[in-house]
Amino acid sequence: MSTTHEMVEGHLSQSLENLRTDELLLNMGPQHPSTHGVLRVVVVTDGEIVKAAKPEIGYLHRCFEKHSENVDYMGVAPYVDRLDYLASMNNAMGWAIAVEGMVGIEVPRRAEFIRVITAELQRIASHLMSFGTYGLDMGAFTAFMFGFRDREMILDIFEMMSGARLLYNYMWVGGVSRDITPEAIAKTKSFLDYFEPKIDEYNDLLSFNKIFIERTKDVGVIDVETCHSYGLTGVMLRGCGVKWDLRKEVPYSIYKEVEFDVPVGSGEMGTLGDCWDRHIVRMREMKESVRIVRQLIDNIPAGPHRGKVGKVVKVPAGESFSRTECPRGELAFYIVSDGSAKPFRVRCKSPCFLNISTLDELTRGVMVADLIATIGSLDIVLGEVDR
Amino acid sequence: MIPSDSVVMTSVDEVLSWGRRNSLWPLTFGLACCAIEMMATGASDYDLERFGCGVFRATPRQADLMIVAGTVTLKMASRIRTLYEQMPEPKWVISMGSCSNKGGPYWHEGYHVLKGVDRIVPVDVYVPGCPPRPETLLEAVMMLQKKIRVQESSMGLLGSLRKPA
Repeated sequence: MSTTHEMVEGHLSQSLENLRTDELLLNMGPQHPSTHGVLRVVVVTDGEIVKAAKPEIGYLHRCFEKHSENVDYMGVAPYVDRLDYLASMNNAMGWAIAVEGMVGIEVPRRAEFIRVITAELQRIASHLMSFGTYGLDMGAFTAFMFGFRDREMILDIFEMMSGARLLYNYMWVGGVSRDITPEAIAKTKSFLDYFEPKIDEYNDLLSFNKIFIERTKDVGVIDVETCHSYGLTGVMLRGCGVKWDLRKEVPYSIYKEVEFDVPVGSGEMGTLGDCWDRHIVRMREMKESVRIVRQLIDNIPAGPHRGKVGKVVKVPAGESFSRTECPRGELAFYIVSDGSAKPFRVRCKSPCFLNISTLDELTRGVMVADLIATIGSLDIVLGEVDR
Repeated sequence: MIPSDSVVMTSVDEVLSWGRRNSLWPLTFGLACCAIEMMATGASDYDLERFGCGVFRATPRQADLMIVAGTVTLKMASRIRTLYEQMPEPKWVISMGSCSNKGGPYWHEGYHVLKGVDRIVPVDVYVPGCPPRPETLLEAVMMLQKKIRVQESSMGLLGSLRKPA
């Protein structure tokens, strides 16, 4: 006859063997503060562990590709702005380059300078937004306020140049819609002087904050092979140490005339290719963008701001492909023309869509809180994911 | 300065609407580009908090103002209706931007867009623009506060006291 103690022990071990935890199906979104828009993630959790996270997209599908077949080439430009609404200038630049490749318009040098200046300012604005919202996801509200404060200054510059705050319709086929004014140049310069030391301050505030590092290091690790198999580009690829930047490798516009470095992740705080690496690459890219704008802002050549283009852009039959380095990766446009005023077919390859498709692989087996950290570090914009 | 032993005469309506209109809690609910401008309105430069409207809540059950900011697709429409129904009474809706007003730039060719969010939820204030400037949203909030002021706030409260369900 067994003692009471043995009976209890036996019962306990038996019940632990039979203890089954149920899997819980958790819907995250489409209304969720940390999904950066209307993304729905169907999460299968086992306690605190994420077993699978399947992103469900399409809540912001805006039929960009089909829509482009119904408007003329100039008319597509405003819709291109609305793809990745945090980086309208970069998107529009890609579209303009694609159309110009077919028409064969020579873009004036002044326009090229203005384009690169605005594109780099937009990159800073986009990364500031990423910095702010990532801080917000991690529970740091001050980063959000600081990020928006400085972003507003860039928006003020854009407002002086284009008249709009968020969606500009500024880069037209053949150049830019309005010339840059001396006031805008002066304001850009004063912004650069103000902003450059701020980057170090923000790094001290958030990037090298102990709590932030603990939340983001060794989380959401992605290696180079996975990056290549998913076709990832931009910060995702550079975060795992690959020096690949279209502005350097396949330079378009006047990027081969400016000097800048390509910051890559090095696994400083944890594993190579974790969330912290991606975050710090964005922060360092802002510094490089400041460097590029500084080189250009004093040397804008005189001349027209737009090449000779009629009111309706006449495009010969054929096809054109362009790819540009947007803040979130490579954005590519493929246009097929049948010689009419409207595109026959437009294809847009969006970097955000590829980034979000890795979510399941990145977050298998992590804690639920790390899922938020990973989604934040992917820096997705749902307008571009769904198109 | 009102002396401490004085009596203030006012109506129940006035007191209730004073409380309601000066502590609007919006739902953190961004759909598209306009959501960025909504965030900018709530952030440092424009500071929506000044108007008693800055406590963004992440759950509809704590919110009483829904700012529909962005393109309402057909897929999202039923979710918006659900979110609206989850909000406790009294509740108000601001439709921000051309897309949620009437489909915006996607009205003519788009096969995906709900042509006006007022087809699924009652809208109190429409904000035009693509996207509207933060000042426009501030104006809309002030307009909503004026609207709440003239609403008969006590109707529901006293009505339910008189006639228990």
